[in-house]
Amino acid sequence: MNFDDTPQEAEFRAKARAWIDANAPKQYEEELRKASLGRVVLKGANILEVAKAWQKKKADAGWAVPHWPKEYGGRGASPIERVIWQQEEGVFGKLTAMFIIGQGMCGPTMMAYASEEQKRHYLPPLGSGEKIWCQLFSEPAGGSDVAGLRTRAEKDGDDWIINGQKIWTSGAHYSDYGILITRTDPTVPKHKGLTMFFLDMKSEGVEVRPIKQANGNSDFNEVYFTNVRIPDSQRLGAVGDGWNVSLTTLMNERMSIGANVATGFPELFDYCSSLTFDGAPALDDRAVRSKLANWAVKASGLRYTSFRSISALSKGQRPGPENSIGKLVAGSMIQEVAMYALDLQGAAGVLSGPEDAEVAGRFQAMLLRSPATRVEGGTDEILRNIIAERVLGLPGDIRVDKDVPFNQIPTKGRA
Amino acid sequence: MNFDFSDDQKQLRDQARRFLAEKCQPKAVRAVLEGKADYDRDLWKGLAEMGFLGVAIPEEYGGTGAGHLELCVIAEELGRVLAPVPFSSTVYLAAEALLLAGSEEQKQKWLPKISSGDAIGTLALFEGTGNPSPAAVKLAVSNGTLTGAKKPVADGAIADFAIVAARTGNSGRETDVSLFLVDLKAGGVTAKPLQNVDPSRQQAELTFAGAKAEPLGAANEGWSILSRVMDRAAVLIAFEQVGGADRALEMGRDYALDRIAFGRQIGSFQAIKHILADMYVSATLARSNSYYGAWALSTDAAELPEAAAAARISATQAFQHCAKQNIQVHGGMGFTWEFDCHLYYRRSNALALSLGSQSYWEDQLIDRMRQKNAA
Ligand SMILES: Cc1cc2nc3c(=O)[nH]c(=O)nc-3n(C[C@H](O)[C@H](O)[C@H](O)COP(=O)(O)OP(=O)(O)OC[C@H]3O[C@@H](n4cnc5c(N)ncnc54)[C@H](O)[C@@H]3O)c2cc1C
Repeated sequence: MNFDDTPQEAEFRAKARAWIDANAPKQYEEELRKASLGRVVLKGANILEVAKAWQKKKADAGWAVPHWPKEYGGRGASPIERVIWQQEEGVFGKLTAMFIIGQGMCGPTMMAYASEEQKRHYLPPLGSGEKIWCQLFSEPAGGSDVAGLRTRAEKDGDDWIINGQKIWTSGAHYSDYGILITRTDPTVPKHKGLTMFFLDMKSEGVEVRPIKQANGNSDFNEVYFTNVRIPDSQRLGAVGDGWNVSLTTLMNERMSIGANVATGFPELFDYCSSLTFDGAPALDDRAVRSKLANWAVKASGLRYTSFRSISALSKGQRPGPENSIGKLVAGSMIQEVAMYALDLQGAAGVLSGPEDAEVAGRFQAMLLRSPATRVEGGTDEILRNIIAERVLGLPGDIRVDKDVPFNQIPTKGRA
Repeated sequence: MNFDFSDDQKQLRDQARRFLAEKCQPKAVRAVLEGKADYDRDLWKGLAEMGFLGVAIPEEYGGTGAGHLELCVIAEELGRVLAPVPFSSTVYLAAEALLLAGSEEQKQKWLPKISSGDAIGTLALFEGTGNPSPAAVKLAVSNGTLTGAKKPVADGAIADFAIVAARTGNSGRETDVSLFLVDLKAGGVTAKPLQNVDPSRQQAELTFAGAKAEPLGAANEGWSILSRVMDRAAVLIAFEQVGGADRALEMGRDYALDRIAFGRQIGSFQAIKHILADMYVSATLARSNSYYGAWALSTDAAELPEAAAAARISATQAFQHCAKQNIQVHGGMGFTWEFDCHLYYRRSNALALSLGSQSYWEDQLIDRMRQKNAA
């Protein structure tokens, strides 16, 4: 039981650290440190440009996607070295949030299913941040129930013609490519009639409409497809095998461990450390202490759970469904933490402007962003199902639509 | 990073699990619970023979000297089966206090007896309602003898010796407290067993009337020794709690697979699945915090006080949560005397209070985090 690197890991860490120290955009370090969920601002700079520049610099030195094979822009690092890199990159990792979907989910799917030529063509610019990718899975009719999607793909010679609509697509407005799951056969049960593609987001017939979110930002979009043509060569996996391909994507989502989900706890503890009630430190207050202690052990529990996963990784084991725990715990926690921080501020907690609100409104921003954490990438309920079924071995949910041809499944709850 | 137990330690765990599966079945726990014995003597002897009592006691004092990580492994297994023996009092508290502060003579006298199962020890700290504090220690010392009472004292009526916290000053500060080792069989002490929420472990009141007080550790250093002993015990008891939580989760899972209602396994109802998923979450967080505590304990790291408090809080929550929800998953069966659910429920609550309440440890954690931040 130890926290030590092996000599090889230590060497990797030292190299990574030295490179980051010499090359990171230190002028943004302080702002990034203060950034919190829902609020990353760099004064006087365009974050997309800063992010792309940092990613490019990493790519030129082979650090952009360290765990990818060399021929696709990586350096063939082991899973544990990837984690070490993330630890060392630290706050600068916050810059690259917009690459996560592409590099974490689309890239591995391409690696598993695209042709060698396509991989050599598309993966290096994805790794280096020159090209941004999005994940076109969710639809108005299929979010948790991804396989309930209705976007159609119909064969036309060597091409496919796509019609339909995706929704909640993060980053579609600045993405160059996307991976897209479609229905190619509505007459078979829902999981069997799906097919996966990748496409150029600038293709004719693709229309991206930003959605204004509950927190006022517009990070996700609706994407409409009207007779969009995709060559068959951009199909990923066999016709009708899209569900299995999508599982590769979703499994990789979970592989992105090590990059801990924000809990809001360090921010709250900091805040309480300087807060006073009628001149007495808030940290002397019984109720405050109890709340903090309970969140502290959740935050540390998550931290050490990820250390245990890292240890398993370093022994060559694969992270499994038990990693669903991170987002499940952190999601509700950050929401509660934000609410509590506002409560501590009394009536003034309602203010959210960076000038008027306490600590520049970081908790207000958290409050307004946190509901999304509990939905994106699997809702709390879906994550609990995963733990119950795949970790604890309980029976699957009863699926009334399982053996029914897709086009006979009801589409509305109430007539 | 290797944030896990070693293969040898896992082997030890398998060995302990096999041993306990045979020697500590629920009927053995029930025998003590129902008053047929005050603790399980056969099991206690067996634990000594396996070398488990002295696993963290150096060889020169009769132990196997394996270490504290090994003791954590054993603790988890004892927690899984609710072992009805005075292990925590004797091994986590009395032996640790001796190792930390005992004189060479005291160590020579008591540690080999602990390892061999020939002496039961305990810590006599509490004096009625309230949390541990120097001011709450009222038991007085005069002319080398102790007068006053302690309650509750875990295993007080079966213990051979106790480490007793007594007041040696009047300033109300930590330096007012000193520790004494009292041979409970030497006269001047009466023990009265007390009813408690978990009768599979005994609690007692010890009344001292001129009992001979042999100093343990330096005078007026009692509180600081105690606080180190409590931190160490907090990690070890956390492992018992993790073991108990895991077992309660397993019981709930197994029942959910067996029991049919509305024509389905109840484990196919999402409400039940989500109860069990949440039990898994709390047990996992507790396990991870406890691993960190184990690392800090075994390396005597500066992080130990904070790590111990975190492990304590998290493991207490997890065991209470899992034991309580296990009954819910079992429905009416869960509330019968026949089913084992209440044994876990009882133990989870007894352990939750065993080193002072949750709110006491919350205070400890925040104080320690604050000190670290200020440093
Ligand atoms: C910020 C954000 C970014 C996103 N980015 C992307 C993206 O880039 N690409 C993409 O494809 N998608 C994206 N999504 C979509 C996201 O994956 C879905 O919103 C999510 O899977 C939930 O689906 P839904 O919104 O259709 O809700 P629904 O599935 O309609 O869920 C509604 C409610 O029903 C519950 N529910 C549904 N099924 C079950 C069940 N079987 N058991 C119990 N409860 C159930 C849910 O838990 C929820 O409480 C994003 C979402 C958000 C919020």
